[in-house]
Amino acid sequence: MGKTIAEKILSVHSGQDAKAGDIVIADLDFMIGQDGTSGVAIDSFRKMNAKKVFDPKKIAIIIDHSSPSPNEGVSAIHKKIREFAKEQAITLYDIGCGVCHQLTPEQGHVVPGDLVIGADSHTCTYGAINVFSTGIGSTDLAAGMISGKLWFKVPETMKVVYKGKMPKGLYSKDLILNLIGKIGSDGATYMALEFYGETIENLSIDARFTISNMAIECGAKVGLMLADKKVLDWVKIHSKRKPNPVEPDKDAVYSKTIEIDVSMLEPLIAKPHTVDNVCPVSEVIGTPIQQGYIGTCTNGRVEDLRIAASILKGKQVNPETRLIVAPASKQILMEAMKEGIVQTLLEAGAVFVTPGCGPCVGTHNGVPSDGENVISTANRNFKGRMGNPNAFIYLASPATVAASMIEGKIADPRKYL
Amino acid sequence: MKLTGKARRLPQNDNINTDYIISGRYKFKIQDPAELAKHVMEDIDPNFYSRLQKGDFIVAGKNFGCGSSREQAPQAIKYAGISAVIAKSFARIFYRNCYNLGLPAIEAETDGIDEGDELELDLDHGIIKNKTKNREMKISPLSPTMQVLLKDGGLVEHFKKHGGFKL
Repeated sequence: MGKTIAEKILSVHSGQDAKAGDIVIADLDFMIGQDGTSGVAIDSFRKMNAKKVFDPKKIAIIIDHSSPSPNEGVSAIHKKIREFAKEQAITLYDIGCGVCHQLTPEQGHVVPGDLVIGADSHTCTYGAINVFSTGIGSTDLAAGMISGKLWFKVPETMKVVYKGKMPKGLYSKDLILNLIGKIGSDGATYMALEFYGETIENLSIDARFTISNMAIECGAKVGLMLADKKVLDWVKIHSKRKPNPVEPDKDAVYSKTIEIDVSMLEPLIAKPHTVDNVCPVSEVIGTPIQQGYIGTCTNGRVEDLRIAASILKGKQVNPETRLIVAPASKQILMEAMKEGIVQTLLEAGAVFVTPGCGPCVGTHNGVPSDGENVISTANRNFKGRMGNPNAFIYLASPATVAASMIEGKIADPRKYL
Repeated sequence: MKLTGKARRLPQNDNINTDYIISGRYKFKIQDPAELAKHVMEDIDPNFYSRLQKGDFIVAGKNFGCGSSREQAPQAIKYAGISAVIAKSFARIFYRNCYNLGLPAIEAETDGIDEGDELELDLDHGIIKNKTKNREMKISPLSPTMQVLLKDGGLVEHFKKHGGFKL
């Protein structure tokens, strides 16, 4: 019986013939923590009586979620992380470097075929470049830092095939929202996803990251794609490490296959307060919006900022609303400056905050007020997510957010393309 | 292992996410788990913590603990004195985190359990007794990995005992 990508990567890293349902202990190629989870990981590391990490080159901690620190409680956690990173000689990306899930692939830490864990649920992002990467908790990270290993239940795999030509105004964010709306927030719990189809092949790497990033929003462990030429070219630019691309066997066994024809889809919105509460933009058009947010590990990349700038060029953010932009990394910010994107967005009335998670997690940089509606390119719209349980978050593509900023209410981006 | 306590239900049955369990505005600045515990479920049920008694069970529907990987979520539940979470199904990372902290996350049919019901969770026999309703329910069997982690009292204790993974 053939193997899926997940079964192959877990077999290679555990030295066992790993089949869906098995539990394996596997060697890790890389692991990350962020400022919201690493404090607890460091506590666990100490409680486990560990003195040294197994390999400092395979660990990075990123201060991105609440960065720079907005209060003394966060400052204490940041201090603890900086001291630990120095003591253990591990890589630290301090304030302003960017979001963990942009930096980890961008800085060349991961390559196709790797097995990677991160104490952050959106670690599944690197599936887009053929990495088995998955979110785990802080104590799991501590165990990984000490032993270089972690236990995994080998997941079943759901195959998702996107077919057809992307209509104008449709972006990769709409593709993943469509899937999540279809299968629900637990539609792929404990499964790996494998994404295929001409639609995926035609997407840029930036756009593919958006899809894999949101695999967790339907409960999946990882959202894998093939390492095609685009991926290998991208990896070559970003990493000195040698990739080990993994393809599934022809007779691999899938628990389910879903086919989606994208040619008739329209831009989508995830309405408050769940990510699977998905509807066409036309259903909520005209909903007043008090704040827009473009950024995050989902949609804070150069291509996303470029799309937003192309819509907002020569226009103004409506006075009834405000637009916050957080590039996903410093490198992205610099590229966006070079291309004139930053200038365009600033002239349109956008406010830039430090590269990092921005207001997504509700600790700083734009907490909405009671009763306010936010439209955001992020991946979660849970009640309270942005720091106020009495606010309402709508999720959409950068184009839909940008169009909505012009009108001060939810708008169809196709009007502005 | 037998655990007894009252069932605590939430205003929402399914998809209780980790942001609801412990909000980002607390988990980023409070490091003391006992302090964090005071804010457990605050955004969906502001009086939740104040009505808890030591040993109570959280009882919920499907996909409990979806969302972020924050270990502060099961940590806040544990330090609030909850002895186990019983739900129809769990999100993957939350489930791992529970066992890593030695907190049982039990899969069972929960529709017949109401707020305040007296429950006895018998992990050796895989049964929940609802003493109030005089009913018994089977729980989904625990994998050997989870049984080891629970017996050792979580992953920290497991590592201290074995010096690494011995699952």
